[in-house]
This record gives sequence, C-alpha cells and structure tokens, in this order.
Amino acid sequence: MSRESLTGMGENISGGRISDSASAVRNRLSPTSGADIVGLFVALLMVLLVLDIVRRLVTGGIAYTKLLEYLWWGLRDAMYIALAAVGLSMTYSILQFANFSHGDLITTGAFGGWAAAYLVGGWGLASVGELVLVRATSGGVSPGQVGLQVFASPLAILIGMVVAGAVTVLVALAIDRLVYKRMRDQGGISMLIASVGVALALRYFLAVIFTNRKRGVTATAPDVGPFTAHELTLVIIAFALIVGLHLLLQRTKLGKSMRAMADNKDLALITGIPTERVITATWIIGAAFAGISGYLIVLDRGSVSINLGWFLLLLIFAAVILGGIGSIYGALVGSLIIGMTVNVSLIWLPSDLAKVSAFILMILILVFKPNGLLGGVETT
Amino acid sequence: MSTETVADSDGEDNAPAPMVRPSWFADIGRIAAVVAVTYVFFMGLGLLAGLNVNFIMSFLQRITFYGAVFAMGALALNLHWGYTGMFNIGVVGFMGVGVYAMSFVTASPDASPAGLGLPIPVGILVGFLAACLAGLVIALPALRVRADYFAIITLGFSEIIRLLAVSGSLRTLPGGYGTGGGSGISAPRTDSVVSWLQSKPVTGELTDGIIWAGVNLGGVPDSVMENYVYTGILIGIVILIFLLLTRIAYSPFGRVLKAIREDELAARSLGKRTDRAKVVVFVLGCGLMGLAGMLWLGKRTLVTPNHIRPIWTFYIFVALIVGGAGSNTGSVIGGFVFAAFVYDGPDFLKRVIESFYEVQSPPTIADAFVSSNPLAVIDYLVNSMDEIKYIILGLVLIVLMIKRPQGLLGHRKEIAAAVDLSRPSTPSDGANSTDESATTGSAGGESDE
Repeated sequence: MSRESLTGMGENISGGRISDSASAVRNRLSPTSGADIVGLFVALLMVLLVLDIVRRLVTGGIAYTKLLEYLWWGLRDAMYIALAAVGLSMTYSILQFANFSHGDLITTGAFGGWAAAYLVGGWGLASVGELVLVRATSGGVSPGQVGLQVFASPLAILIGMVVAGAVTVLVALAIDRLVYKRMRDQGGISMLIASVGVALALRYFLAVIFTNRKRGVTATAPDVGPFTAHELTLVIIAFALIVGLHLLLQRTKLGKSMRAMADNKDLALITGIPTERVITATWIIGAAFAGISGYLIVLDRGSVSINLGWFLLLLIFAAVILGGIGSIYGALVGSLIIGMTVNVSLIWLPSDLAKVSAFILMILILVFKPNGLLGGVETT
Repeated sequence: MSTETVADSDGEDNAPAPMVRPSWFADIGRIAAVVAVTYVFFMGLGLLAGLNVNFIMSFLQRITFYGAVFAMGALALNLHWGYTGMFNIGVVGFMGVGVYAMSFVTASPDASPAGLGLPIPVGILVGFLAACLAGLVIALPALRVRADYFAIITLGFSEIIRLLAVSGSLRTLPGGYGTGGGSGISAPRTDSVVSWLQSKPVTGELTDGIIWAGVNLGGVPDSVMENYVYTGILIGIVILIFLLLTRIAYSPFGRVLKAIREDELAARSLGKRTDRAKVVVFVLGCGLMGLAGMLWLGKRTLVTPNHIRPIWTFYIFVALIVGGAGSNTGSVIGGFVFAAFVYDGPDFLKRVIESFYEVQSPPTIADAFVSSNPLAVIDYLVNSMDEIKYIILGLVLIVLMIKRPQGLLGHRKEIAAAVDLSRPSTPSDGANSTDESATTGSAGGESDE
C-alpha cells in the first residue's frame, strides 16, 4: 500500500509518470494489493446485485418494462454526460488540470443555444430582447406559442444547437486567452483554483443577464413509440457527434497530434507539433461538445436554470475518472457506467440518493484504481 | 516524536542561528490594523451616505461574525493546504457533519426529528468528534492519491453529505430520529450561550454591562448587542485556534508538515512518518471545520441542508487564498477581509448607492437597455448585486492565481527548517518575502510564520 504513495501529492507531472509506472510494475510483481481485494469485493457485489435483479424479475418485484425504462434512461443520461465528459477529459490530459469551469460551459451552451432558438422560432411574436433572454420573467411568450419542439420547428432547434456550440467555443477560447494561457507553466492546482473562479464568474455573469429564475423553455412533443421525441433526438445527435469525434481522432493529423500531446506534452513539443494550435483545437472540440450537451439536456428536460452545469459537473468528473483521465474512449465507457449506475440503482435506492451511488463508485475508483477501468494509458 | 526532537537538537549544534519563532506582536498588530481600517472605512462610508447608525452597527457585527467564521474555516484549511499541501475542497461537508451531529445530540427528545436533549457543550464535543471521525474515514484511503484526485474525492464526499441531508428517505428513522430532510433539525441555538452567561453571577454582570454600554452609549438595540457578545465569544475561539495552530506550526511536528508539502518523498526518506502526520493533521483540521460549522450554522433555529453547499467551501478557499496559504495570520486577515469586502460588502454598497438616489430597476437587462432612463443599466446592476457578488468572488480568485498566487501574506515559500538557512545579507531576495522582513527584522528569519 505504502509503495503507491511514493508518487506523492502535488508532484510534477513528468516525475509522477515515472514513479507511476515504476509502482505499476511493482504492483504487478507483488502478490495481492488493496486494489485487488477491493476489486474482488466490488465484482462480488456486482454479481450479487445482478442476481438480485434476476430474482426480482422472476418474483415480480419489478416489471421487465420498468427495468428496460431504467436502462433507457441510463443510456440517455450516458449520452449527454459523454458529450460533456469528452471535453473535460481532453482538457484534463492536454492542459493537465481539472477544469471546474466545464460545467458552466454546459450552462453557457444551454442559454446561448436556447436564446438563438427562441429568436428564430419566435421572430415577430415578441421583442428581440424578450426572446433572447429566454423567458427571463414569468409571463410573456410561452414555449407553446413559440412552438419549440422538434416536429413543429426543427429548423429553430437545429440553429439553436449550432449556436449553442459556437457560443460556447467563443466563450471557452476567450477564457483560455484571458486566464489559462497566462498560467500554462503553473501547476495543476493553481489552474484548478483559477477554474473555480472562472466557473463562479461565468455562472453569475449568465445569472445577471438571464436572471436566476428556473423556467420551462420547450413545448411538449408527441411520443415516438415508447420514447419521447426529445429523448430520441438527444441520443441520436449525441451518438452522431461521438462517432464524428472518433473519426477525427483516428483519421486526421489533428487527431493524431492531440493524442500525442495527451500522451507526452514535452515529446510532442520537441517533435514539432504546434502545441498552442492543438490546445486551441482541444478547446474548440471540448467546448462545442459541452455547449451542445447543455442545449440537448434542456431539450430533454424542458427547463433551464443557471445551476444546470454545476450540478452535473461531479457526475461528469465521475465518468472521466472511471474511464481513466485523459482517455476519450474511457470517458465514453465511464459515462455509460455512470448513466447506468445512477438509473439502475433506482431499483434499490430512492431517487434522491441515486447520485450517491455514482459518487461512491467514483471515490472507490479514485482510491483503488486511479488509472481508471481502461488501464493506465493516459492517452486518447 | 522523539526522533524529531533529536534531529532538532542536531540542527542547533550545527547552525548557531536562532530558532524561528512566531512574531506575536507583529501578527496581532497586523490583524488589528486591518480590522480597524475596515471598521473606519465602512463607518465613514455609511455616515457619509447618511445610513442609520443601527444599520451600520449591525453591519459591523455581521462582518465580524462572518469574519470569525471564515477565519476559523481558513485556519483549519490552512492546516490542510497551507501547511501540509492537502487539497481539501470538501470543507462544507465536514461542517455539515459537525453541525448535524451536534443538533442530533442537543435537540429535544420530544421534537421531530427527535434528539438526545443533552446540553450544548456535549453537543459541540460530539460534533467535533464526529467531524474528526468523518475526516479519519476519508483520510485513511484517500491520502495516498494525487492532489487533484484528492480534491475530487473530498468534493464528492461533501456532495454525498449534502445529498444524504437533503434526502427524504433519511427524514425520519426508527425511534423518531432522523435528519429532517429538507426542513432540517430544530435544536437549541448555540448563541443561547449568551443568555446562559447572563444568568451566572460574574459573567452575567460583565455581559449585562457590555450590553448596557452598547444600548445606552451607542444607541444599539439589545438584540444586536447580544449578537456582539456571541461574536466576541467566536473571536475568543478564533484566538484559541490561532494559538493552537501556530504552536503546531513551530513545533517539530509542524516542520514535518511543511516538509511533506515541499517534498513528501524527501521527508519520508529522512525517516519522518509522513502518513501518520498527514492523517493526524487531516483529522484535526476536519474537527476544526466541524467546530466552525457548529458555531456558524448552529446559531440558526433550524439546521437545514440549504447551507451545506459547495459554494461555502470556495468562500473559505478564497478567504485563505486572499490572506495567503501557509500563514495563520494571513488566514485570519483573509477571513475578515473576505467577509467584509466580498461576502457582505456588496450589500452595503447597494445600501449606500440606494441612499443617494432611488433605484428603479427594470425587470430584465433587455428592458434596461431599451429603457428611456439612461441610468437603467446601472439600476439593473445595483439590483443584481447578489449575483455580482459571486462574479467579484470569481474574478478575485482568478486575478490572485495569475498575479499573486501566494496571497496578501503568503508564505508558501517559507522555510521548513527550524532555523533560517538562508544567508542574512541578501536583501535582493526580499522580492519574495515582501515587506514583512522589513517590518520585523530583529532576529534572523522570524518573519516567516
């Protein structure tokens, strides 16, 4: 146990790498470690829980349809968590800090996108100011009047989504230029603290503009089979974006440079990869995904408030950590696990404790398997 | 501890330089000066604006009270982060554990949810121990991980505590106990200690005298004066914690902590039991956070989950960073400055602005821009002071991290050794240690906390 702590706290990155791998080798040589025991315990628990689900299904404790519903919800949550987790994971590995302002990029996308959707969908129904502020005061135009649902005004919804991504990218790039760029040579903890400051400033800047009222913004859409239309839209768009990202990472030179930088920043610098340009690309992709994620969450849930992203942040961290920080594919797997954990745990837990199970899972992974489930490769 | 003492005396044999000692008078003077300047500033501003004297006095009481709370939190956090380098962002979770445990012990057995009905001091002791225990549970597995992972674990812990407190399923447990869910636990308030003091022979006359003086000489209402007395008790506790932590910081054990912060591997190689030191310090700091939580939240009639929000952790963090991580004096000053200028200052500013002209705020910022009134945008911003407060908070944090990561009185580069090993005749390196060595330059190196 004590060997692992050799890596120490607050150690610089390259030093951490070497001692990480050294202790990894040592752990492989040593007979059993705490991680193995806990892993065994968790696996045993998993088996027991699966058996319990089977028992409940057989005895009629829960209906099949209920279980399928939970799984579907799990997939739905996994999709928007994944969109956000991709960006967080990329900034974590390439800029090497835990970005606590990522949640508020999600909120930025949600407000920016819906402002555009209201402007396009409700043009002429109310003053521009009222539309852009997305129902900042009660009264005024209702979502039903604007007709904001995918079947009634698909164009407005689509334009809103594009704007959500674009606005978030602009905000993220501006923040990078103003804050993080000046801190590139500082440690991860300094940048983490600065990102908390960015998170607060950004969230309450949005609150000053849009007010902190929680309001409904979408109209109800007809169901498509067993699913609501908006859920389905979320899952399809998120899936398409993730496939696109996969192609980008694997087929383009940019993707290769990003993977190289996440793997070893100094080596990437020496081999002539334009690191600043890769960092810009990282922010563009990560922020666009976060913004679109926020926009789609609002489409699905129907309401928006300034705390939207902040409340999701820890779940997103959980997903990133679960898959192994820096691994984009790991983040996708982690999102799936977190989405499923939060929803399937509803079988045993009341809904207000469902998140607790995900956080406990996150803490266990951080303590006993800090490299994540997909192993110790800190690459994309 | 014996090994450290030996190492200590060895060091003195080799180096004739005097031991590093705390500079009590300079520190107290610094804190008093900051507090006095702040009081004068707000009082002057308030009187110029023609604000009610009662309002100003209760404002000063407010900033002193929150200053004391933030100072306690920042001192405890300084022990974790400033001295030992443990990045704990679950402060409010430990506060919550403390205050919930206390309420459980002190709440009346007939109330719903029921408590044990024990006196408040017992409750505070139990709350302190409960927060320590929570710290131990977190510390044992989590102290081995990287600093940023540790941060996420502690944040996750505080979220779990908040979710458990707010959850409806723990609202009532068997036996009538429980957390009360969203409506919380109703327990005797910790500031009832003031009326207890009044009921005792000597302290009663003293307390009554203070209150009488405030009411008759200052024209301050009774209730505000009682708050002043409670705030005074809090200041006393801040002083005790300050003394305790400064004592720890200058002990051999404190030097082990600083060594862990600078280079844990080296400290371990020198035979220091770093794991044990980290656990002890983490547990003690968590207990102190619990104490701060009890004295702050326990002052309310209801202990609810509303205040166990992560933002409070960041308040305390900003207080510590403003003051300078690694400095107990800085923690206290940071706590007070933060309470006065960032936490409560904007409200005061709003009152001052409102005293000059009538603010007619439009409902949204869009209305403000199209309004015929040219001051409408300013009116809107004055009315959104609650939100702007957080923007200021964020900007302070960003600017400090970019421009001055060591804070106003930061000592992150303070020497970990018992004696000052740097050469005394190098005034050029005063750029790092700022003006402090200039103000207290008697014996070598005591400028460091």
